[in-house]
Amino acid sequence: MDEIRKGGILKAVKKSRGGIMVAHHKDTKDLPVVRMPAPEFVTLPMQQHIGAPCTPTVKVGDTVAVGQVIGDTDKFVSAPIHASVSGTVKSIGEVRLPSGMITQAVTIESDGEMRLFDGIEPPKVETKDDLIKAVRQSGLVGLGGAGFPSHVKLAFDESKGIDTLVINAAECEPYITVDYRECIDNSWDIFSSIYTLKDLLGFKKIIIAVEDNKPDAIKVLKDIADSKNDVNDSVKIMTLKSKYPQGAEKMMVLSATGRKVPPGKLPADVGCVVMNVTSASFISRYLKTGKPLVSRSLTVAGDAIANPQNVRVPIGTKIKEIIDFCGGYSNEPYKLIAGGPMMGMALVDDQGPILKSNNAILAFSDTKKIKKEVDCIRCGRCAKACPMSLIPTNIEKYTKIRDIEKLKNSGIMVCMECGSCSYSCPAGKALVQHMRLAKSVLREAEAKK
Amino acid sequence: MKNENRKLTVSASPHVRSNETVTGIMLDVIIALIPALVASVYVFGFRSLAVVATCVATCVLSEYICRKVMKRNNTITDLSAVVTGILLAFNLPVSIPLWMAVIGSVVAIVVVKQCFGGIGNNFVNPALVGRIVLMCSFPTAMSSWVMPYAWKSTTDMLTTATPLAEISTMFKAGDVSAQAFNANGALPSIGELMVGARQGCLGEVCAIALIIGFLYLIIRRVISPVIPLTYIGTVAVIMLIAGKGSVDFMLYEILSGGLLLGAIFMATDYTTSPINFKGKIVFAIGCGLITCLIRLFGSLPEGVSFSIVIMNILVPHIENLTFSKPFGTPKKQKEVKQ
Repeated sequence: MDEIRKGGILKAVKKSRGGIMVAHHKDTKDLPVVRMPAPEFVTLPMQQHIGAPCTPTVKVGDTVAVGQVIGDTDKFVSAPIHASVSGTVKSIGEVRLPSGMITQAVTIESDGEMRLFDGIEPPKVETKDDLIKAVRQSGLVGLGGAGFPSHVKLAFDESKGIDTLVINAAECEPYITVDYRECIDNSWDIFSSIYTLKDLLGFKKIIIAVEDNKPDAIKVLKDIADSKNDVNDSVKIMTLKSKYPQGAEKMMVLSATGRKVPPGKLPADVGCVVMNVTSASFISRYLKTGKPLVSRSLTVAGDAIANPQNVRVPIGTKIKEIIDFCGGYSNEPYKLIAGGPMMGMALVDDQGPILKSNNAILAFSDTKKIKKEVDCIRCGRCAKACPMSLIPTNIEKYTKIRDIEKLKNSGIMVCMECGSCSYSCPAGKALVQHMRLAKSVLREAEAKK
Repeated sequence: MKNENRKLTVSASPHVRSNETVTGIMLDVIIALIPALVASVYVFGFRSLAVVATCVATCVLSEYICRKVMKRNNTITDLSAVVTGILLAFNLPVSIPLWMAVIGSVVAIVVVKQCFGGIGNNFVNPALVGRIVLMCSFPTAMSSWVMPYAWKSTTDMLTTATPLAEISTMFKAGDVSAQAFNANGALPSIGELMVGARQGCLGEVCAIALIIGFLYLIIRRVISPVIPLTYIGTVAVIMLIAGKGSVDFMLYEILSGGLLLGAIFMATDYTTSPINFKGKIVFAIGCGLITCLIRLFGSLPEGVSFSIVIMNILVPHIENLTFSKPFGTPKKQKEVKQ
């Protein structure tokens, strides 16, 4: 590793192709995270992650405390759900998630005490298996938006020769600043977590990747890295060009290590584990206190929010209450988004609860930016923007005529729906929607065979 | 805000879009064409403006009527018909009877564009086909050229040869050395070619104006420079070899025909050129090759329009051959696939 200078800041190993320059709007970056008081009710859906849903382990009328498990399953790819307030279980019913999925949910009426569960104590972690078990118990899922259970990522097959841990602090989505705040406010947690993971899982190299529009975060992290007396100099800060979708897992691996994840494979197949920076710092706090994932910070922003800011809220808080805490709506919103403006989901109403994976709530009142859809002029902007080297306009046409053979060769399955094609389309086509359709058409055709 | 039953828009991500629109792109192309239009008025007088106006008006009108007849939504606001009209006019001699320009415009819009589905679906460049149809139908009118600045004098000076035809004759006679170019009094100098003081089609004469338009399109990121540069580069290399190293011959070949206009504004047409980088290179080299073959060995002095149209037809095949593999596809899979 000659290219690594002691204490220096790394440059991206390889530039990724495609991507778009989208206005950052990181207006909330200098505002500290404000803790929101406990709400009267929280609704905790049993499916807040990718994988198997949990089943409620409490009954209506039970008294619960903060951090108590209220939903779990014996499936491995899943994460338990914990009570985020203390109080009594009011009801167990069904709730519709932003994705449209209907799942069971436990509603807890808060007693306002926020009493911690008695059984909470720091887990004993000495081996890799201990760590994976502990992370699963913490209920941690990828806090960057995807919601993939973190322990599954860490439980990699050692025969694959995994040597690099990439801490993803790119935060390439506009508006969102929670990862940035995490880097500034809890930078020591990040490092303590990194060293624990390094010792227990045997990573040789750890790269904290930050986009170059966050120089303060880079400076803070670099200072800590320099102050650590690390003989092997294994932790490195890397600046990446601010470009969407820099934070996408495959782009991240390419920029940080120069390795390309083949279609249908995971970063683990090329020897990397990518973890969101907030998830990483949560691990260290969990190992110290044993308090599971019961609250998270998120950015509330957009032109329809009176006081855009970062707030820390109990999971399951009603979105409406969070928005009211931020001064309510300043304009009549026309669009409410859970997540970033590029990949977030538009919400039907503001009555739903906050999930573990929600890193932002955005409300927009500006309707002018909607383009009228016209015919494709084959300008190629979508193909140029696609980080996966696809040609979205062609895929759209193949889908329209159900040309399965061409769809198969088009590589549509590597599409991660980052939205770069739709963003750049001058004809205003909702290309991401067509890409999703293409995938399901192909899946259907393959299932028929 | 007391309205609890507010209506929210639910749509697929992404929720932000770029400011670019099809109309905006077409407007950029029109702006890029203005220097050449000004130059043509300066060289050929206000009749060139009349030709352009006729073509644009006919194109827009025929698009409007066509969409009406076909019961489709109106697309004239996207300005693509205006671009087609200007480009067609730029490919006509200034002395052309206006009714011929009308025929060319109708062919371009109705036959080539709307019959195949309108904007984005035509398989060849409408303006070029309009020009080719006129060239085959009215060869005399399409090859009588007015001397530059003739509108300022009273005498009507018509000639039948463009500088390109003159060079073609010289090439066939076998002497294209620098001395031969200096000795030929019928040829304008390189400087005159740059400012447009020569016979030729409306828009193609002033090289400087076309290059300004080219730079504008590059700066505005409307086109990528790949096709124009490769196209002109291919022609330059072949002409240098054909002229046995005569730089004058090469420069005259590049500047005295419709190559710049074709390479910058016609070959880069989105709809009829490949999307990916490799495809663009193949397409442009093909255009250059065919242009040179027609110019050097054909009976016509000019081959730009035919070369671009031929390559337009080949675009789907070029795209299939230069298909870019999805991100991370291992190289070995090549043999497995086919």
